[in-house]
Amino acid sequence: MSASSSNFFSGTADAGALEVSLGPHHPSTHGVFRMNVRMEGETVVKLQPVFGYLHRNHEKIAEKNSWLAAMPYTDRLDYICSGTNNWAYAVAVEKLAGIEVPERAEYLRVIVGEMTRLQNHTAFLGFILGDMGAWGSALMYAFREREKILDLFEELTGARMMLNYARFGGVRCDTPAGWLDKARAYLATYPAFLDEMEQFLTGNEILLSRLQGVGVLSAQRAINGGLSGPVLRASGVDYDIRKVDGYSIYPRLKFRVPRGEVGDCFDRFMLRLLEARESLKILQQALDQIPEGPVVNPAVKQRGFKPPAGEAYGRIEGPKGELGFHLVSNGTEKPYRYHVRPPSLINLTLLEEMCLGTKIADVMVILGSIDIVLGEVDR
Amino acid sequence: MNNLWAEPGNSRLVASAKSIQTDWLMTDDALKQELKQRGIIVASFEDILDWGYNWGRKNSLWPLQFGLACCAIEMIAAAAARFDIARFGAEVFRPSPRQADLMIIAGTVTKKMAPLVVRLYNQMPEPKYVLAMGACAISGGPFKEGYNVLKGIDRYIPVDVYVPGCPPRPEALLEGLITLQKKIAGQRLFGKDLPRHANPEAPAEYPVPAYGPHDLVPPSNPGVFCPPTPSRAE
Repeated sequence: MSASSSNFFSGTADAGALEVSLGPHHPSTHGVFRMNVRMEGETVVKLQPVFGYLHRNHEKIAEKNSWLAAMPYTDRLDYICSGTNNWAYAVAVEKLAGIEVPERAEYLRVIVGEMTRLQNHTAFLGFILGDMGAWGSALMYAFREREKILDLFEELTGARMMLNYARFGGVRCDTPAGWLDKARAYLATYPAFLDEMEQFLTGNEILLSRLQGVGVLSAQRAINGGLSGPVLRASGVDYDIRKVDGYSIYPRLKFRVPRGEVGDCFDRFMLRLLEARESLKILQQALDQIPEGPVVNPAVKQRGFKPPAGEAYGRIEGPKGELGFHLVSNGTEKPYRYHVRPPSLINLTLLEEMCLGTKIADVMVILGSIDIVLGEVDR
Repeated sequence: MNNLWAEPGNSRLVASAKSIQTDWLMTDDALKQELKQRGIIVASFEDILDWGYNWGRKNSLWPLQFGLACCAIEMIAAAAARFDIARFGAEVFRPSPRQADLMIIAGTVTKKMAPLVVRLYNQMPEPKYVLAMGACAISGGPFKEGYNVLKGIDRYIPVDVYVPGCPPRPEALLEGLITLQKKIAGQRLFGKDLPRHANPEAPAEYPVPAYGPHDLVPPSNPGVFCPPTPSRAE
C-alpha cells in the first residue's frame, strides 16, 4: 500500500487506513471529549484523546478566590458526584489547618458520600447500556432510581446536584426532622432495584458478548498507569483508600472491597453493582450509629478563613477513584496553589492501550466502562 | 388565533382568501367581535395556515442531543421517566444536527468549544431555535472570570430562550420549552416582522469564530450580540 499523509498523527499512514475524529459532539463521549482514531478495517490501530473542550479554569479561579469560595466550584468538577468532591476538598483543608471534625459531621459526610457513590453507580448503569446501544430504557430505570436519592439530597442540602454540603471542620447544616428515617426507608427499597437490574442485565447474552474480554487491562499496567477506583480494582488490585487510609469513620464500618479477575469491561461493570451493595451496608451502619451533637467545629471561622502557611494533600475514595486536592497556603485568605488530582483524567491515560486491537464500536463501551466525567477531566 | 377552536360545537369557521373581496370583514374589529359573540369566528387563510404550521412545529421540537457540562445531566433528567419531556413533544433527541430543530446549549461553552457550537448551529436546518440552559451558557456564569470561558453563547448565535439556574432544575427546562412553544405559536409566515426562517434577508449562516493568538477572532458577532447599554440612575 502506498503511504499518505495523516490528518491527526505525525508521520504517514497506509492508504488503506481510515482516520476518524470521534467527538467532541458525539452522543457517547460522556460530554465534550474527542478521540482521533486510526482504523484498519474496523480495528483500532491508533487512538489519540483530545482534551480541553471543557477546560473552565477551575484551579485558577480557586486561586483567585477565598478558601471557602472554592467549595461550590468543587461541586462542578465531577458534577454527578458533588458530595464527594466537597468532602475531598474539606479533608485537604482540614489537613492543612489541623482542624478536628465533630463525630456527627463525619457520619453525615459518610452518609452523603456513600449516597453519592450509590447514585453515581446507578447513573453509570444507564450510561454504559446507552453506550452499548440500548439507548433509553436502561437510562430511564437508572434515572428513576437516581431521582429518589436526589430528593433526599434536596431535602438535606437544598440542591439536587450541586450540594455544596461540606464545610471546613464539618458540614453546612444538620438533617431536617425525620430525614434519617426517610433515608433508611428509601435504602430498604434500593436492593430491589439492583436485583431487578441484575436480573435484566447480568445474564443477558448481548451484554455479555459486548463486555466480556473487551478492553482487558492487566493489574500491572493499571498500577503503573496510576489508575485508581473501580477501574483499578476491576483489574484485581485490592486498593481502596477507605481501607488503606482509614479516613473518617470507615475503620469502624464493616464492608468488603470487591475485586475483578480479568480486568475487562464486564469486571468493571459488575464491580459497580457489587460496590453499590457494599455502599448500602455502609449506609445502614452509619444511619444506625449516627450520634447526636454539633455538625461543624465551632472554632473554625469559615469566612475569612486563613490556614497557616504550608502544604497538604488530602484524598478520599471518590466513586470514580482517588480524588485528591493538593493545597499550598502562604498564610493568606487565598490558596497559593490549588491542584486537583482528578480520578477521571488519570484513569483515561490508558485508554489507547485498552482500545488497541478492538473494534471501533467497542471504543465507546471501553470509554463508558472507565466512567469519566469531563468536568473533572478538563477542569 | 388561539380562539380558533374556542367554542367547539357551535362555531362556524369563515375562511377567506385575500383575492375575494372580504377585506372589510377582516379589518372591522367591532364586527369581528360581534360575530364572535354569535359563534362565528373570522380568520384569514394566512391565519389558519400560520396556526396549523406553528401548531405542528411547536409540538414536535426535536432537540440536538448535545451536552456540554453539568446542565446536560439535568437535561437527561428532564428527558427521563420522572420529568418526561415527551409530554411536550420534545423527546426525540437527535444525535445529528441535520435532523434537529432545537439546540439546547446545556453547559459551559469554552473558547475551544465555541467554534464547534456555532458550526453545529449552522448545520441545523431552518427553522431552528436555541435555548441557553444555565448560567454558563447565558453569560459564563460562575466561570465567567475564567480565561477559557466564553461569556455567553449569544455572542455568536441568536438565543431564543434563556433558562437561568446553576444548573436549572428539569422543571425550569420544561418551562423554558413551554416559553419557546409560545414564541413559535406567535410567529407569522406572512406580512411584516417575519421570523428569521421566513425572512429571505436574514443570514442563513453565522460566521464561525477562529482561534486567535489570545482570544477568539472576532470576540463577538456584532450582528447577533447586542448587550444592553449600561445606564446609571441620575
